[in-house]
Amino acid sequence: MWASPGRLKAKGIIGMNRRNIRYISRYNSRHLFPLVDDKLKTKLLAKRFGITTPDLIGTVTTQFDVKHIADMVTGHGGFAIKPAKGSGGKGILVIEHQDAEGYVKPSGHRLQREDLERHVSNILSGLYSLGGATDIALVETLISFDEFLAEYTYEGVPDIRVIVFKGYPVMAMMRLSTAASDGKANLHQGAVGVGLDIATGTALRGVQFDRPRMDHPDTGHELASLRIPDWEVLLKLAASCYEMTGLGYLGTDMVLDRNHGPMLLELNARPGLAIQMTNGEGLRPRLDLIEKQPDGANVEARVAFARHHFARRGELQAVS
Amino acid sequence: MSRIPFYLLVGVLMLTGIVMTVYRHVEFDVPWTPGEQREVWEVEAQVNFFANGEPVKVNLALPSHQENFRVLTENTASSGYGLSFLDDDSGRRAQWAIREATGNQQLYYSVQLLVAPDAESPTVQPPSIPQDITWERPFDTAAEGLIGRAHQQSADAFTFARELIQDLSGDRQDENARLLLNRFDRSSLLVRLLNQAGIAAREVDGLMLEDGRRRQALSSWLQVFDDEGDWVILNPATGEQGRPDNLLLWEASGQPVLEVQGGTNSRVSFSMLKHNEPAAVAVRNQLMNNTLLNFSIHSLPLEEQSLFKTILLIPIGALVVVLLRVLVGIKTSGTFMPVLIALAFIQTSLFTGLVGFLLVVAVGLVIRSYLSHLNLLLVARVSAVIITVIAIISLFSVVAYRMGLNAGLTITFFPMIILSWTIERMSILWEEEGPKEVLIQGGGSLLTAVLAYLAMNNPWIRHVTFNFLGIQLILMAFILLLGNYTGYRLLELRRFKPITED
Repeated sequence: MWASPGRLKAKGIIGMNRRNIRYISRYNSRHLFPLVDDKLKTKLLAKRFGITTPDLIGTVTTQFDVKHIADMVTGHGGFAIKPAKGSGGKGILVIEHQDAEGYVKPSGHRLQREDLERHVSNILSGLYSLGGATDIALVETLISFDEFLAEYTYEGVPDIRVIVFKGYPVMAMMRLSTAASDGKANLHQGAVGVGLDIATGTALRGVQFDRPRMDHPDTGHELASLRIPDWEVLLKLAASCYEMTGLGYLGTDMVLDRNHGPMLLELNARPGLAIQMTNGEGLRPRLDLIEKQPDGANVEARVAFARHHFARRGELQAVS
Repeated sequence: MSRIPFYLLVGVLMLTGIVMTVYRHVEFDVPWTPGEQREVWEVEAQVNFFANGEPVKVNLALPSHQENFRVLTENTASSGYGLSFLDDDSGRRAQWAIREATGNQQLYYSVQLLVAPDAESPTVQPPSIPQDITWERPFDTAAEGLIGRAHQQSADAFTFARELIQDLSGDRQDENARLLLNRFDRSSLLVRLLNQAGIAAREVDGLMLEDGRRRQALSSWLQVFDDEGDWVILNPATGEQGRPDNLLLWEASGQPVLEVQGGTNSRVSFSMLKHNEPAAVAVRNQLMNNTLLNFSIHSLPLEEQSLFKTILLIPIGALVVVLLRVLVGIKTSGTFMPVLIALAFIQTSLFTGLVGFLLVVAVGLVIRSYLSHLNLLLVARVSAVIITVIAIISLFSVVAYRMGLNAGLTITFFPMIILSWTIERMSILWEEEGPKEVLIQGGGSLLTAVLAYLAMNNPWIRHVTFNFLGIQLILMAFILLLGNYTGYRLLELRRFKPITED
């Protein structure tokens, strides 16, 4: 039921308090937070740095514009409406396709025009934003994720979270949405997290609701065979977010698009600790090692360093 | 980045807090626990005189803080008389006045005195020694004889006074002494002789406190000063040095105890009673002198005091929240919402509070789920929820009252805006994350609120936070330290358990 603090420490697990004091408040300056807390800013910044992100259909900034949302999305098959300042995936509405009778969510649930308008209106009122501040709504094209991922996910887009510390990718996982998570790739809502080897991008182990998992609960597909293509490109993309934002302790969320390859979905200045569960390993030894490295290494050198030092062999293979 | 300034700050806060607290305890006798009993004397002075039908002015000496006793409260009863309290170099006095009075008059003054063994006398200035002490013949030679002999057999002012008293009493009375005693009153004679010898001294009036005694009179005592300004009390009859524990100095500046103008046959008599009081009451009743170090809530008017009684508890609630979030890792809906709910529980009592809270939130959630279909702007919707909450609270109050449940009325103490936001957040949480998360966060909030309530409603904690402001600094230091804690939270030990199972 309970683990002793000594054993957790031996495993190098970091807790919330340590994350907040030792890493977030030390390496993430407060004035940089808006860059990542506002998805629109992140998007514009990424564009300047040549980092691909999902296409922006449009934004809704005033309650007056809310009724134009239906016009805005006509002609786009699937789209996602997001609050610019949302946190933890809150307030993201994904529409897979639209037809004469309305808008269909990945779950098959059908929404009407009014539902869209209410959702956008809620976003603008600040319902999903940090601290309840007024917000704007982003409408993005739906990501058409790589087909090979289809059997690893249910209804939603699987994304890849890489923790980037001082520009070094230190730990990675893939988040697979499930029926329990309502198509969202949020671990605490029931998505399956799969730890990824930093060296190769292959699966290490799977976790759902903080408990080990060998297969996807809905598709039944085993997780051991998961291997991310273009792994090095993806790591470099993640690592370059350090230069882009200046944030020392960063969670980068990426997706693999069929046409555009790895894409930056969003950044998080307060990434959660569940990644330790999916990797079966604590972050601390890796963070300690990075802290000892001198500053100023370029992206290639940092990725190479991480792939060399953080290589692991999956446990899933051993079992299956 | 060095942490030394931080720990220095924490250390300074902690130390200042402890010093302030201990100072309050030692200097003002504020007890550590609310249940402690303190001995309190109730002394009543009754002034009687016969008024001649003219304007009357009565001037009575009053006791003040002194060794062993602290003045708590004072009351007077004197129908038709104007009353003012005077406080000057010659001590505290009460002055009654009336334009016209006839016949037997009675004025009452009663005072509550706290027995405080570590209370100290205020510093007093020795009286000045009159320069022109003249004796008629043959008293001058008698006096010189007595002084000369006592001087021979003594070493300092105190022993000199003791010798003198012994020469004037009992077996050692000689001719000189008898001669002088025939002419002078013993106490004033002693003062006169001491002054003659260059020693400052005066007559003071004291009351021997004995439980249940009535119609007591003041007795005369001798206060003798030495060159350094130290003084002792001597019994003028026996020469015994030092004051008995139960001696209350009523008049200690050599002034008359009672002065009556416009009346005759005046006298003052005393009755007294001893009883025990909870120490907290005794503290509250203390007449505080407002020095900077005695920075205390008790110096505020009563109404503000009771307000502060609650305000000073909020840091305790905040500490509970910090402990539960940082050390345990409990999720709450709204960081300090549980503290406000706990404050409401203090007014409503725990059970009624819990039932009321659950009722309001449950009904609010149902109504809120309807509002969510109306497609409203957020601010308008929350405002609608506020009105709904007020309606629910009013309805419950009326229903409870009709059913004879007076406890139901206390539901109005809930902070309605906070409740409305709670309902709004819970409702969103329900839509977004499902009922399980609502239970976790709602349960976490309630648990925190109940624990905060138990802490804030603890009689000892209430006593300590209200009576010792230094506690606030200590709390501050603790919270700062907790803000520096990088270890695991209790619930993380469970969360990360699977990793350790490999």
